[in-house]
Amino acid sequence: MLDPTPNGLHSGEAPLLQTVGLTKRYGDFLANDCIDIDVWPKEIHALLGENGAGKSTLVKAIYGLIQPSAGEIRWQGAPIVLSGPSEARSRGIGMVFQHFSLFDNLTVAENVALGLDGKESFKDMSARLEQVSKTYGLPLDPRREVWQLSVGERQRIEIVRALMQDPKFLILDEPTAVLTPQEADQLFVVLERLKAEGRAILYISHKLEEVKRLCDTATILRGGKKIQTCNPRLETAASLARMMVGGEIKEVKSAPGRQTTIPRLVVNDLSLAPDEAHGVRLEHISFELKGGEILGIAGVAGNGQDELFAALSGERLSKDPGTVVIEGIAAGHLSITRRRKLGAAFVPEERLGHGTAPRMKLSENALLTGHAASGMVNHGFIDTAATLKTVDKATETFDVRKAKRDPEAASLSGGNLQKFIVGREILRNPAVLVVSQPTWGVDAGAAAVIRQALLDLATAGAAVLVTSQDLDELTEIADRIAVMFHGRLSEPLATRDATRERLGLLMGGSSLEPKEAAHAVGA
Amino acid sequence: MELVEAIILSVLAASTPLLIAATGELVTERSGVLNLGVEGMMIVGAACGFGGAWLTGSIFIGALFGIVAGTLMSLIFALMALGLAVNQVATGLALTILGIGLSGLIGAGFVGERLTPAAHLSIPGLTDIPLVGRVLFGEDAFVYFSIALIIAVWWFLYRTRAGLILRACGDNHVSAHALGYPVLRIRTLAVMFGGACAGLAGAYLPLAYTPFFIPGMTAGRGWIALALVVFASWRPGRLVVGAYLFGAVTILQLHAQGWGVGVPSQFMSALPYLATVIVLVLLSRARTGGSTAPAALGTVFVPDR
Repeated sequence: MLDPTPNGLHSGEAPLLQTVGLTKRYGDFLANDCIDIDVWPKEIHALLGENGAGKSTLVKAIYGLIQPSAGEIRWQGAPIVLSGPSEARSRGIGMVFQHFSLFDNLTVAENVALGLDGKESFKDMSARLEQVSKTYGLPLDPRREVWQLSVGERQRIEIVRALMQDPKFLILDEPTAVLTPQEADQLFVVLERLKAEGRAILYISHKLEEVKRLCDTATILRGGKKIQTCNPRLETAASLARMMVGGEIKEVKSAPGRQTTIPRLVVNDLSLAPDEAHGVRLEHISFELKGGEILGIAGVAGNGQDELFAALSGERLSKDPGTVVIEGIAAGHLSITRRRKLGAAFVPEERLGHGTAPRMKLSENALLTGHAASGMVNHGFIDTAATLKTVDKATETFDVRKAKRDPEAASLSGGNLQKFIVGREILRNPAVLVVSQPTWGVDAGAAAVIRQALLDLATAGAAVLVTSQDLDELTEIADRIAVMFHGRLSEPLATRDATRERLGLLMGGSSLEPKEAAHAVGA
Repeated sequence: MELVEAIILSVLAASTPLLIAATGELVTERSGVLNLGVEGMMIVGAACGFGGAWLTGSIFIGALFGIVAGTLMSLIFALMALGLAVNQVATGLALTILGIGLSGLIGAGFVGERLTPAAHLSIPGLTDIPLVGRVLFGEDAFVYFSIALIIAVWWFLYRTRAGLILRACGDNHVSAHALGYPVLRIRTLAVMFGGACAGLAGAYLPLAYTPFFIPGMTAGRGWIALALVVFASWRPGRLVVGAYLFGAVTILQLHAQGWGVGVPSQFMSALPYLATVIVLVLLSRARTGGSTAPAALGTVFVPDR
């Protein structure tokens, strides 16, 4: 094994893995433009960048999933061409995917078997699986089917599967995006151990504090180009963010002295059975949200956030009208349109297909949510001028960048489309805004615009409910934060009391001390 | 006694083409592809199977013709639905329409011709055992083959690595691709297997069931095979139950009508469908969660390279 010298210089020998001038072109678009990185054994190397910076393209090329258009990959000093992932795996390159490459209806053991080359019998493989999962403290039951497992357990399968090939080089693509803070800590212990065993790790993330804590080296990508390779421990989170974004990010400011008014959205003991096989049952959810207030809902994905959104928006109706009260009117049984007429607005998590119809123009998409209460329909006919005016106004107010005046929704980038969707709802002056994952997959600049817009809306007197997996986002904008776990909602904590540790405990299903909970209610 | 034996024999004969065609479609659907063209592949298999046997005088070569014809038909589907990523439902329906027309054209010259049907097994002593002798030891080769086929498919799907990979493609093609499996190649092979089975099931009709060819002689059996796969919740064991149950009720209701049971004949004709649906729905109630259908069934996959 190679050993990097303590000062970070490497004596004469070749890195474990190198990319030299690696370029990947899709048509006219350069996803990777001449990228050079060196990764050494016993190194955790961070790959930093915003969405669309080219991180995923780069690791896909290293894992053999795509062929580079130009440049080369060197493995232990010698150039290699990877015909596919199985060749990468046989050389000792393993990968843990961000969107898990698992099969829901197969068992854990079958899933692991599919990631190996199949040279050993299924029985031997299962035995080795139990042994590896024990050695690294990643407990797994090989006989369970994946759909029964939590997100954290699913990630364990991916990691164990990669480790069973005894990789020298392991790629992790945003592994902590779906974990509670405690689960992330456990993962870091495993990664430190792998590093101590002499393996190299390429760690993709955009969580800067995490990178500073864990990684020895960081390479920053922006717009498909390498910006810099540095030691993240010598940088600040702000300086890393500047390199990622290529400029300062506007700080989000809350107006001082925001007043809360009357309750505008009240949920009383809402319980709802799931409507699909893998859904979550909502159990006894209650909260009260006043005008001028932002309530954040944290939690690991798949704990009932989607179901709660559907129940609030009216995509799923409740038999008992009193479970959802909008502006003082029992609305649990009312349709989406009726709820919009009461002054509610909704922004779902999925931008294409849920928030907008991808192949329809922006003006038509404006109409789809605005038809009920925004004067875009005149005696049953569409007022085209009014729909276009809404598009122009959203474009102007929220800095939506697009190629022409009224393009198809699918042609906008994630950040710009999200600005349009949030803008479209805010321009209706809603009394209540329910928004799910407002900045998921959105670049930092657009995220700042959207967060500021939510704060401004609350300042203007609306009640805002934000569901997010990004704790930093919630602590930045929310007044109170509650946590969803297995379809139940915790008592909201005042944001100043909502430390990462407390939220992490709630996200993992533990309850806080009764005293603490009582304290939180009073906030 | 004689009657019971005759009924069992005709049940097996009626069920065999359903079982063969449904087995092929089960493998196709387990790989994530919905090929609605079973009826079309079957009818072309019937026409080509009869033609092959009539020209050469060999039932075996006739069966091979049927298999090759079904496979060629399925390759048209694979080219459209997998190669060009066209909507699978539309492609499958088009394949059926094409097959019905094509079989009429191919079979036009054979209408009215007769063949000696496929020989039945005959083992002196064993075949003469009353009641079970002819059922167990006096069938034609297609019947034995269909049983061997479904056992082989079960073993393949659940006991081999290749079967696991095929099921994985049907569950999540994005993941299978990310792990480096050639999703489109695996699916093409599965579609071809489905086509071969449908062609053989079609050839069975003029080669063993009725020793002549008439246009449209599959009479909706391809659609029933498709439905059986769904109601069997994509499991080989239940598929056997469903296919034989359907065959049994079809034959029994014919006899019942002959005996003059005082039930409207339309209801009797509907019985096989009702009975099969009810039994298979009851069977599939046992599963408590997860999805029964292959999760990627019928979805288009275009790998990015």
